[in-house]
Amino acid sequence: MEAVEKHTGKVYPLNRDNVDTDQIIPKQFLKRIERTGFGQFLFYNWRFDDDGSLRHDFDLDNEKYEGASVMVAGENFGCGSSREHAPWSLLDFGFKVIIAPSFADIFYSNALKNGIIVIEADKDKVDEWQDKAQSGDFQLSVDLVEQTVTADGEVYKFDIPSYHKEKLINGWDDISLTLQLEDKINQYEESGRMGIS
Amino acid sequence: MAEKKTIIEKIWEDHVVHRDEGQPDLIYIDQHLVHEVTSPQAFEGLRLAGRKVRRPDLTFATMDHNVPTKDRENVKDEISAKQMDALKKNCADFGVKLADMFHPDQGIVHIIGPQLGLTQPGKTIVCGDSHTSTHGAFGALAFGIGTSEVEHVLATQTLYGDRPKTMNVKVNGPLGAGVTAKDLILAIIAKFGVKFGTGYVVEYTGEAVQSLSMEGRMTVCNMSIEGGARAGLISPDEKTVDFLTGRRYVPKEEEAFRAISEKWLSYATDEGAAYDKTIEIDATEIEPQVSWGTNPGMVVPISGATPSVDAVDNKDEITRALSYMDLTENQPITSIEIDHVFIGSCTNSRVPDLKNAAEIIKGKKVKDGIKAIVVPGSFLVKSEAEELGLDKIFKEAGFEWRDAGCSACLGMNDDIIPAGGRCASTSNRNFEGRQGNGARTHLVSPEMAAAAAIEGRFVDVRSYTTEEKIS
Repeated sequence: MEAVEKHTGKVYPLNRDNVDTDQIIPKQFLKRIERTGFGQFLFYNWRFDDDGSLRHDFDLDNEKYEGASVMVAGENFGCGSSREHAPWSLLDFGFKVIIAPSFADIFYSNALKNGIIVIEADKDKVDEWQDKAQSGDFQLSVDLVEQTVTADGEVYKFDIPSYHKEKLINGWDDISLTLQLEDKINQYEESGRMGIS
Repeated sequence: MAEKKTIIEKIWEDHVVHRDEGQPDLIYIDQHLVHEVTSPQAFEGLRLAGRKVRRPDLTFATMDHNVPTKDRENVKDEISAKQMDALKKNCADFGVKLADMFHPDQGIVHIIGPQLGLTQPGKTIVCGDSHTSTHGAFGALAFGIGTSEVEHVLATQTLYGDRPKTMNVKVNGPLGAGVTAKDLILAIIAKFGVKFGTGYVVEYTGEAVQSLSMEGRMTVCNMSIEGGARAGLISPDEKTVDFLTGRRYVPKEEEAFRAISEKWLSYATDEGAAYDKTIEIDATEIEPQVSWGTNPGMVVPISGATPSVDAVDNKDEITRALSYMDLTENQPITSIEIDHVFIGSCTNSRVPDLKNAAEIIKGKKVKDGIKAIVVPGSFLVKSEAEELGLDKIFKEAGFEWRDAGCSACLGMNDDIIPAGGRCASTSNRNFEGRQGNGARTHLVSPEMAAAAAIEGRFVDVRSYTTEEKIS
């Protein structure tokens, strides 16, 4: 996982609540056995018609949002299936930061494990940023160390659990960290506390 | 006197391997279930890092998400075949037990865990699938994980997690006749919303929950994630012990079984234990439920109608959902005509689900123009159902009787509802495109799906006459 401290980028506003992972990456694209190359399938059924032509009622591919790397989304973003293909597709498409009033638990954890900065922000703030982003040239700057989002010179403070922050900033791999605790795992297994059948 | 604890706290505390203040706990995982879709990248990660599966003996794999439910010898989809071959190779390379699609133990991962007795009270159980909460019906702490976490569990048999906040979903009074576990969980999500459980582990309590069969409890716990809760569980009781008696991975010898069943029961929530939050619902007011929209909170009773946009706050979302579903405002549910019926999925594909649906179907015919399929949850469910003669009842009525898998719940195999099709489905998600791009899903109980198959529209199954009970 790449270490990340700061990110500045163009905002894409996704003004919908309860966006589920079936929308983020539809099931027909879950059959690949690689981690890469999922960006092209992001929001596929919203972006494309059956014949692969672009739909006009969804604006992710609108020129003005080209190069957007910060998504400002609605409530309960990423609900539904546990598919990690959802953050893989967002990241591969180019999104490094996702801001929403609330996230579904599994998506939140999956996104962090892939180095995506996920920020819970007040609903009012999210609404304001979504409105401003309609212009297509609205940028946000995220500073993970300071826990701030800066827009038009205005600084917004956000909360994030310190251990998530630490992992993102250092790009730590959970498995390597855990294997340093192997003695504890051995002790646990030997203690018989698991003791179930 | 010892502190009173909920089952959630008891299981968590029993599994803490390492705790640092201000950090998430490292907890031990007793059972890891694996399937073909969310595991290939995890095994590949192990390979790249030169790591092994720490406890192959606590890991069990099957193929369920994209297996065909007919003509299994001939997988037409090459990419699906490749994914299943990858699981076979990964299990062989890393020493993991696998029930492949021809194995007698094969089935939907959340059906076979309990069936084999791998699912037991007090265990921590994970799987790269959000419906892992199903196993909570046995008083296990069971939750879905992403592929990075699958790799973490394979390598270390542990996971990081915050001590969960606890929620009591208290269901007061009994369910009425003809009202099922499915209706109960749909009513809970309709009442409290699709994110009431976010950040919590939910325990379902109360008379209606205790009265449910183990299969009914699995249906309720299965859909916890649709209310936002990563895990939902029910304290174990004698029904739990009875269900597990004699299962393959449960001790057979009398003394050992007595000891383990005592331990199981000790996990039940202590009377008077406190939860971080309690919410309540009156079971006596619950009717058979039907989802009308595009998330599992968009649900109304069979006597109800689609919402009026003027009457709701989330006008955009409701308008979009009505449009996708091709329904109008204030449209009575009984006026909605369907053209597909799917009885199956990890929510409702166990023997009692199929039997209850068959009792409605018996001696009747699926209405002309409706494509109806039954997909048993496992090979074992299929053979037990066939012993009861359920396959004949379904086939005579015009249903197709298939082999086990996830099937049309998410349409990763060929069982896809076509664009514009409208399905009465016993599955768990009515998201846009879930059953097929442009397909419209209405979530219902097996009984309601069966009645809809005959009538071609939704009807109140409570007023539906059945020929006779199947014994």
